[in-house]
Amino acid sequence: MPADLFAQMLNGLSYGVLLFLLSVGLTLIFGMLDVVNLAHGSFYMLGAYAGLSLIAATGNFWLALLLAPLVVGLIGALVEVSCLRPLYWRLPLDQVLLTFGLIYLFEDLVKWIWGGRIRSIPPPDLFSGSVSVWGATIPSYRLFVIAFGLVMALLLFLLIERTRLGAIIRAGVFDAEMTGGLGINIRRVFTFVFAFGAALGGLSGVVAGPIQSAYPSMGVSILIPALIVVVVGGLGSLKGSLVGSLVIGQAETFGKAWLPNSSMLIIYVVMATVMLVRPQGLFGRPLK
Amino acid sequence: MTIRLLAFAAVVVALALFPLTAGNYPVKLLQEILIWGIFAMSLDLLMGYAGMVSFGHSAFFGIGGYVAALALDKSPGLLSALVLPALAAGLAALVIGFFSIRVSGVYFIMLTLAFSQMFYAYTFQVGWLGAEDGLVGIPRPAVPGWDVSSLRGFHGYLLTLVALSALVLWRIVRSPFGHVLRGIHENEARMETVGYAVDRYKLLAFVIAGVFAGLAGSLYAQFNGSITPDAFFWKTSGEALLMVIIGGTGTLGGAMLGAAAFILLQSLVSTYTERWMLILGVTFVLLVLFAPGGIVGALRGRVGLRA
Repeated sequence: MPADLFAQMLNGLSYGVLLFLLSVGLTLIFGMLDVVNLAHGSFYMLGAYAGLSLIAATGNFWLALLLAPLVVGLIGALVEVSCLRPLYWRLPLDQVLLTFGLIYLFEDLVKWIWGGRIRSIPPPDLFSGSVSVWGATIPSYRLFVIAFGLVMALLLFLLIERTRLGAIIRAGVFDAEMTGGLGINIRRVFTFVFAFGAALGGLSGVVAGPIQSAYPSMGVSILIPALIVVVVGGLGSLKGSLVGSLVIGQAETFGKAWLPNSSMLIIYVVMATVMLVRPQGLFGRPLK
Repeated sequence: MTIRLLAFAAVVVALALFPLTAGNYPVKLLQEILIWGIFAMSLDLLMGYAGMVSFGHSAFFGIGGYVAALALDKSPGLLSALVLPALAAGLAALVIGFFSIRVSGVYFIMLTLAFSQMFYAYTFQVGWLGAEDGLVGIPRPAVPGWDVSSLRGFHGYLLTLVALSALVLWRIVRSPFGHVLRGIHENEARMETVGYAVDRYKLLAFVIAGVFAGLAGSLYAQFNGSITPDAFFWKTSGEALLMVIIGGTGTLGGAMLGAAAFILLQSLVSTYTERWMLILGVTFVLLVLFAPGGIVGALRGRVGLRA
């Protein structure tokens, strides 16, 4: 069944790039701010719902794709300034409690505003059909997701590796205090990175909308796979995030197809194996 | 020391008399708090004393629950209700701990999370454990000379076990072993240099915490008469973590208070409004921002956590 195999691979790839968009924010936020942001899945959910409403209001998917991440990024900036900023010098456990609280808060807010049912999000007209590739019928929207995700990966890579802002972010991930000492306004960079990560999470949510629909618990269900990607790839590493997402995307999709009775186990087995063999993750800096 | 013991005895007596004055619902709520209290205390031994923040403590809670369900179905005695679940959870903790203590910090969090989620995934999909629906119709154990099948009968049985567990845990954290754990929390490298086999202490702490979590899980299964894969889910670990933090880490009593605060808040708010999750979430956020150190920290009237 090579056609089936191919279709599965593309499914895994589209899931993988969604995970990538989500995990980039998570890994940068962890690398720089030292915060395990449990509410990161909430940004994904907020992105999907913001997309839903923006599509309904404007009738234009592309406009929603542009605006929803900005909305979520703004929410992220608010969270950082109002809640996280006072906590940087406290114990990490306080951040766990805070971001856990935000999960409850955002999930219930969404239920309040949009109701608890699953809401489907229509794909843009341009990609509403399906195409036949190598004998496999693929929804064309999935191909768009893959292409979009890979382009975003390239843009992110250029941003982080080739621009001044990227250099500051990398320096911050390496040693935030020292970067501040060199005259960079590190607080502003912290807010930017958190908001940027939130916006990417939101973007991931809008893009995922037509595939997964929008429902209140979507943030909680995507959080753990995204955390796994970050750990498998290596904390704070963009490259790790990309490779980790693609590996976990394929593992999850092929697990579902080949081992339906233990499919959910696979990504945890992958993660535990990576951690035991290479605790710092595939592309992480070696642990002290 | 004696004052503390007297206070402890007074609290136990008060809790034992509670069913005489209260209706069924408050008694049920109290029992739930006591069960989650043991679970939270066992986690506090790890986080608050040894400094090992585990996000996979639900693994042992779930194992305790499932083993109790299977064993009580075969023979409803105390062996099935208490000994086997605690042993199984301790054994699992030995294996999981052996691998997990090699890493620390956020890696430890993630590895323990992964192990517990494996159990979740397995029980969620496997037929002989009832898959998604879990195991139902778990009988209460036959305790010689004690009818624990009724709500009030169960209360004495539960309270005895909770009080004993609290005493044992309290004794453990006050023992030389407990002090070594605190030393590891403060400065692992120094303890290593001084000559303590740090890894062995951490593993033992992990196993002890697992045993008590297993006991809590077993009591939870007996209390509800059922157990589902949700017992293994990461939110179970997360909620225990919240209870410990809300109560104040490194204070066993705080873990129990945290469990009480969490469950009371959840059930009280949810009877008045559908928006209980929102209120719970806002409460956590405000608690972190304005009452660091949890309930015990606030009671002590100072800011910052004690090791």
